[in-house]
Amino acid sequence: MNKENKDYKSIIQDSIVKNSKKRKYINKLITVVLFGCVVIAIIPLVSILVDVFENGSAAFNLNFLFLPPGSIGSNDGGIGPAIQGTLMIVGFATLVGAPVGVLVGVYLSEYASFSSSNRRFAYLLRLFNDVMTGIPSVVIGIVGYITIVLALGSFSIVAGAFVLSIIMIPIVARVSEETLKLIPNSLREAGYALGVSKWKVVWHIVVKGSKSGIVTGIVLGISRIAGETAPLIMTILGTSLFFSSFNSPVDALPLRIWRLASQPYPSAHQQGWGAALLLILIVLSLSIVLRMISQKRGFQLKTAT
Amino acid sequence: MSSKDHRTEIVQSIHSKSIKSISGDKFFKALVIGASIYALIMVALVFYALTEGSLPILFKEGLHFIFGTDWNPVEGREAFGALPYIIGTLVSSAIAMTIAVPISIGIAIFVNELVPGKIGTVLSFIVELLAAVPSIVYGLWALFVFRFWLRDYIEMPLHNSFGNLSVFGQTPFGLDVFTAGIVLAIMIIPIISAVSREVIKSVPHSQKEAAYALGATRWEMVRTAILPYGKSGLLGASFLGLGRAIGETILVTMIIGNAVGLSAIPMSLFSPSQTLSSIIANEFNEASGDLHLSALIGLGLVLFVITFFINIIAVFIVSKVTKSNSNLRE
Repeated sequence: MNKENKDYKSIIQDSIVKNSKKRKYINKLITVVLFGCVVIAIIPLVSILVDVFENGSAAFNLNFLFLPPGSIGSNDGGIGPAIQGTLMIVGFATLVGAPVGVLVGVYLSEYASFSSSNRRFAYLLRLFNDVMTGIPSVVIGIVGYITIVLALGSFSIVAGAFVLSIIMIPIVARVSEETLKLIPNSLREAGYALGVSKWKVVWHIVVKGSKSGIVTGIVLGISRIAGETAPLIMTILGTSLFFSSFNSPVDALPLRIWRLASQPYPSAHQQGWGAALLLILIVLSLSIVLRMISQKRGFQLKTAT
Repeated sequence: MSSKDHRTEIVQSIHSKSIKSISGDKFFKALVIGASIYALIMVALVFYALTEGSLPILFKEGLHFIFGTDWNPVEGREAFGALPYIIGTLVSSAIAMTIAVPISIGIAIFVNELVPGKIGTVLSFIVELLAAVPSIVYGLWALFVFRFWLRDYIEMPLHNSFGNLSVFGQTPFGLDVFTAGIVLAIMIIPIISAVSREVIKSVPHSQKEAAYALGATRWEMVRTAILPYGKSGLLGASFLGLGRAIGETILVTMIIGNAVGLSAIPMSLFSPSQTLSSIIANEFNEASGDLHLSALIGLGLVLFVITFFINIIAVFIVSKVTKSNSNLRE
């Protein structure tokens, strides 16, 4: 009887030991599998960077950066108009998108929660903002075509900048709202206690106090719109000439890469890689700057939504 | 006498200043509300322009525009049906989601729970750098590098060993719905994994500690505490990725093979196809007439409606989950 009892005990103990070995083994196995997931995601990044740098750096020289494209199929010429176009379009889009986005963020964070009608309006605004960030950019490009290109009668930098500003506003608004909300209420109350009026509290204390957060939002918006291709197809069309007027087609880096890649000539592909290298340098350095600002300030940045 | 003068002066100056600041208040408030109204007008503009632009094709084709399969812009024989492109969009996105969702959630779990601290932060930073690469660069890389690799090392072996199954039936060229799906997956992995990390982070500590207290290993803790708790949040994250995959344009245009009409319905993984957004990008500038243009805008409307609902669902799920979890944590 006693012996049997002891047997049971050892059996149970054995099974626990065995079981825990199995569990630890599974734990290790899953850890390895999940690490594999990370590796799988990083391989393409490495491959993209290596290929773009290898193929792109061969195309880089002063002529490439400053000259307009040469005749199709030839090796000469460059991407000057595309660089100029991207700088101008992104600049104009930021002139509209950044202030509007920041002000929307200020409204949502500082003005929205006072009356119930305000709250309903803010709810709608926030919802549509979130949804707008997910709307395909090609759709917004169509909207730019219908509203600006058809109205002006030609493809233009105005249409391109307008479309990119629509894409930028919700991104900037989102990040601004989140960083403004990080300012502690005691600071606002300190302002009011000194008899400072509301707009001065909002401007001098809240907005200026979260300056770097707001800059982060704007830089994030810029890095997003600088790489957009699809909405530019139906708004600026692309050209091989430098900017001449506000109602004629202009060029942009992403669009130029697309056109170069669809040509059948190796020299065009080479130039496409060069333009891609330039674009990736711009966008990656922007996002590294972003990361540095946000880490220094200690707030989390939601890059994805 | 003079002291009284001073007093009235001061009172007056305070008075006039406060009036000034009240008008400053009104001005600033008007500015802020104006900007918000501008943002809403942009949303309304998107609705309006798409509907107005696609009215001609909707009147002409009616329901056939959604369910038709032929696409012919030649004058006199015009026929526009969106079904092949809707199917192409769904198939390429489905392939992308099948690959991206498990990998992204795996990354989020690994980075957040299995190697917390510095290494995790660095790894997630590298993965999120992928999100910063513009889609045109993905497209270039996929067109000139990745598709050959995929064709030689994955598609051909699959075709050679399982070629009698119709899914792998067609001889692969690398420009097909499978390539598009894989590259889309690479593109949406950083998006899904970033949102998943937020969701996992919002799981209350008490849940994790409870699992550990019962003697769970790390993986068992993830399985019994994090996954059940974050289920709907992870679903929302996946929906956000799905919205991105469905709307991605230029990358898909470069590698999906750009079939038109009935042949754009992929009969196997290795057949060329076309998505709603890629045909818009391909044909918009060459549209051969008002009806053709209206048909392309109509495709834009279909795309808009699909992504609109997907995003609304995603926003609701994610905000509900992170909000209720953060309440619990406090």
